[in-house]
Amino acid sequence: MKLPDEHKLAKRKMRGQAIAFWIFRILSYAIIAILFTILSFIIYKGASAISWDFITKMPEEGMTKGGIYPAIIGTLCLVAGSMIFAFPVGVLAAIYMNEYVKDGLVKKIIKQMTNNLAGIPSIVFGLFGMSLFVNKLGFGDSILAGSLTLGLLALPVVIRTTEEALKAVDNTFRHASLGLGASKWETTSKVVLPIAFPNIITGLILSIGRVSGETAPILFTVAAYFLPKLPTSIFDQAMALPYHLYVISTSGTNIEESRPVAYGTALVLIIIVLIANLLANGLRKYFGRKVKMN
Amino acid sequence: MYKIESKNVDFFYGPSQALKNINIAIKSNTVTALIGPSGCGKSTYLRLFNRMNDLIDNTRISGSVLIDDEDIYAKGINVDSLRKKVGMVFQKPNPFPKTIFENVAYGLRVNGISDKKFIEERVETSIKQVALWDEVKDKLKKSAFELSGGQQQRLCIARALAIQPSVILMDEPTSALDPISTAKIEALIYELKTKYTIVIVTHNMQQAGRVSDTTAFFYMGELIEHDNTKTIFTNPKIERTQNYITGRFG
Repeated sequence: MKLPDEHKLAKRKMRGQAIAFWIFRILSYAIIAILFTILSFIIYKGASAISWDFITKMPEEGMTKGGIYPAIIGTLCLVAGSMIFAFPVGVLAAIYMNEYVKDGLVKKIIKQMTNNLAGIPSIVFGLFGMSLFVNKLGFGDSILAGSLTLGLLALPVVIRTTEEALKAVDNTFRHASLGLGASKWETTSKVVLPIAFPNIITGLILSIGRVSGETAPILFTVAAYFLPKLPTSIFDQAMALPYHLYVISTSGTNIEESRPVAYGTALVLIIIVLIANLLANGLRKYFGRKVKMN
Repeated sequence: MYKIESKNVDFFYGPSQALKNINIAIKSNTVTALIGPSGCGKSTYLRLFNRMNDLIDNTRISGSVLIDDEDIYAKGINVDSLRKKVGMVFQKPNPFPKTIFENVAYGLRVNGISDKKFIEERVETSIKQVALWDEVKDKLKKSAFELSGGQQQRLCIARALAIQPSVILMDEPTSALDPISTAKIEALIYELKTKYTIVIVTHNMQQAGRVSDTTAFFYMGELIEHDNTKTIFTNPKIERTQNYITGRFG
């Protein structure tokens, strides 16, 4: 008889589906819980250190008191510097790859190279940056060397996300543009890029997040343990939040007393990344609206 | 003598031959319908005239394609200039994610025109040509996506007309639209032919009968018959044409 088998089958399927969905639910909550735990921990331990002075003053008394102002400025400079390099180069490279290069061996090689670049450990970037920018090109330990090194690190992220953003633009818009006699570059710049822009900004967010927290590359190329003054040119050394966090927690003159400063630094770093995300999200929404309107 | 001609045209996608020895001559200010079952090559043939097939890798053409007696595949032909002369309307309406105004102005801008007044006038003329002006004149700065499908397609036609081509290619322009929009666009095609030469691919034989002066029937990459529309639909010379028209296959 067919009927009981069908009934059993249906029950079995429903059970299997329920189990699967429960697993998904638990995992999703677990992820949120982990994030929540980390954030709560940092906020709990670091909130006591946060004050206006903390953010705006130079460190005092062997890093146990005062502020982390120079590290904040250093990180902001490095993020900006790395983006000035990585963003235009990355976006143009992605445009070239997606809009101009024909399918073939050359394209495959470039793609593979980009993926390899993405997989290089950050400390290797640091070593490379030291050899090339600090030593060979003579920039010395500097914001310039640090920015270029971090820029190289961010490059594959920018390239990949921009490529995806460009791929997501429906070909019909390109065809419509070319059909009106527009050149390929006009089509790319006037039609494709505006449409892809919100997603390209997402790539920017991801790379900012990545770059703000990188410690190894800046170890070799820019970071200083302590500077009495703020950097005044791109050839100066700078302090930076991730490095600052590291040295305060592991070396320095008074580790125990500096602990709150370490957590406070971590919190500031997270907040900076959060602000960058919010800003970029705002930019994304703004341009996303503009694409419909202009 | 003829506005558009193809002489002994073969076309290949890689090793596969999509068009076999196509010979068609089209006069100015006429509407020519290309009909035939799916995959017969009619859209490929249409795209020869503005070289949109160039965008596909690994294609090859032999024979000559002439517009105003000039071979458009000759060396040294500026493809961007060609596409200014030969406009295209696509199957699914594809206005840019820009304002209604900017959609129609786009063709002018990429063809080097920057005079504000000129652009405004030309945009208005083009939108009026497609009988869309009254519906959009108060919302030119709104997104083109706010229009209905039929309105969007008429906007796309206006966009093509703005740069004043002499030939308009239409690839199943109404297949994604409702009957009322379809009727409006068919009426538009009838009016446009006084100024333009139009080639239209259509799956809809009744449409071909309604709007075209001559009809070309394609089958499996070959041109079976090309004649006055009336003849094709009432007294075709080739049996296969007759079978297709009467729906014996399709």
